[in-house]
Amino acid sequence: MLVHDRLTRRAIQALFALLFLPLFALPLGVIVAASFSTGWSGALPSGPTLDNYAVAFGPQTLEALRVSVVTALVASVCALVIGTWAALSAASMGPKGRRIMDALFMLPVAVPTVVVGLALLVAFSRPPVLLNGTHTIVFLAHTVLVTAFAYQSVSAALTRLDPVYGQVAASLGARPARTLFLVRLPLLLPSLGAATGLCFALSMGELSATMMLYPPDWTPLPVRIFAATDRGALFTGSAFAVVLMATTLLVMFALSLVRTRAGHR
Amino acid sequence: MSALAPPRTASTAATGSPSEPAPVRSGITVPAWVWAIPPVVLLALAVLYPLGSVISESFTGPDGGFSTRPYVDVLSSTRFRTALTTTVLIAVGSTVGCLVLGLVLALIIAFVPFPGSGSAGRFIDTYLSFPSFLITLALLFVYGTVGMANGMWTDLTGADSGPFTFLSTPWGVILAEVTFFTPFVLRPLLAAFAQIDTAQLEAASSLGARPARVVRSVILPEALPALVAGGALVLVLCLNEFAIVLFTGAKDVVTLPMLVYSSAILEADYTTACVVATINATLSIGLYLLYRSLTSRLGAPTDGGRRARP
Repeated sequence: MLVHDRLTRRAIQALFALLFLPLFALPLGVIVAASFSTGWSGALPSGPTLDNYAVAFGPQTLEALRVSVVTALVASVCALVIGTWAALSAASMGPKGRRIMDALFMLPVAVPTVVVGLALLVAFSRPPVLLNGTHTIVFLAHTVLVTAFAYQSVSAALTRLDPVYGQVAASLGARPARTLFLVRLPLLLPSLGAATGLCFALSMGELSATMMLYPPDWTPLPVRIFAATDRGALFTGSAFAVVLMATTLLVMFALSLVRTRAGHR
Repeated sequence: MSALAPPRTASTAATGSPSEPAPVRSGITVPAWVWAIPPVVLLALAVLYPLGSVISESFTGPDGGFSTRPYVDVLSSTRFRTALTTTVLIAVGSTVGCLVLGLVLALIIAFVPFPGSGSAGRFIDTYLSFPSFLITLALLFVYGTVGMANGMWTDLTGADSGPFTFLSTPWGVILAEVTFFTPFVLRPLLAAFAQIDTAQLEAASSLGARPARVVRSVILPEALPALVAGGALVLVLCLNEFAIVLFTGAKDVVTLPMLVYSSAILEADYTTACVVATINATLSIGLYLLYRSLTSRLGAPTDGGRRARP
């Protein structure tokens, strides 16, 4: 407790509310409120309606939601496998090897996402591999972008993992593979769950690289949100955004259930 | 590691029952780096090869051969120079904003706590799982031409239009970026503040130091590594941000990522796009390396970052 004077404390808390509410609480509330309205030219939105959601649950948007969820699931699973594999092999290397692995796998975070999108577009629009215009290039872009975060979370979890369990298993004669699958991976399970949730959320909201390379028949929801707001349909766009946020939170919540279950074992 | 120094239990177990063979790993053991080959090969195909293609495309002249002409053209164009200045100004402005706001909020959450301050911190954390463009979308309703603030103004004064037009200027982008990226400063700061021994603070104040002085001479030195690391990370993220700028829909706010997008997708000029992309990527990779070396040297948690996110 840094400030003991009651009046000053109140003043500081008022300052917190003054900064926090308009900056962080307002935006999310505004999007939800706008999604149920037709106009907003005063303190409160006007024209309460459910029409925006009628559009949001129309065939075109539902298809976009399906595209987003499928893309996010595929990208998360691929990222989890590759990221965990890379993190495990990096952890068994010396400090120098680990630094190289870190630099390689964190590269997509440092490179602007638009550039990642452009790079895939340029590289796979020419022989030997032609992927331009396919669904695969969207999966590939999302996987590239989220693998870095899977790698980072699993690496962080591995450094926190007590090495004694693995050593005990090895000392009792377990082969490395058995130690990995029966001891270390189960211990990592909560972190793997968290990493999956993270990758899923990131992929669901990915717009920058997707804008560079999505084919017309594989349009994820964020692109639809942009298209709606770009043509001035802000209120419909916010309904799409609410659907996107709700789906993301739902999947992350389900994953956190898996996580706490794993934690209780 | 464990193979080099087997735990003591292994040898006692072996000596306890001499008939059993000592539990040594049998079969072929491969060096650790061999296991790293499959993911590294995938990475090379999906990241390094594409980035290499961008660089090679950026050095391709009109005749298809090697040429530095694209760079000369791009670097001398006012469009690129304006974009570079805009990008750097927006990124620096947003970073300063994030640092100030993050520091104030973290100080209050950590040292002047009140009921609900913890959940406020967690609420900011959930921000990290939402896409950045939602912030711009929300700001359009609050400060947009027909939005809440302008609507209230016109209702009160009877004027035709409100005074809030900054959303389509760089200030609108800065406001959105400060809102979205402050958690990246807040998280490592809260982690650093949790390490501070409150006895130190009590000692300082009992010796007569006023709160401002306690913050300056006790808390800030402890928080400096987290502050520097958070700032460097936010700077990189702001340089790379695209979705926020795209959603403002402002024609005159063109940042480098925006220039990459419009050159490639809207104008189909891939060589220019690749030149701008190479410059932008070099800039942010350089800053990112600086961030990594700062975090490892200053001992700040490297996972304070975009994901060390949740």
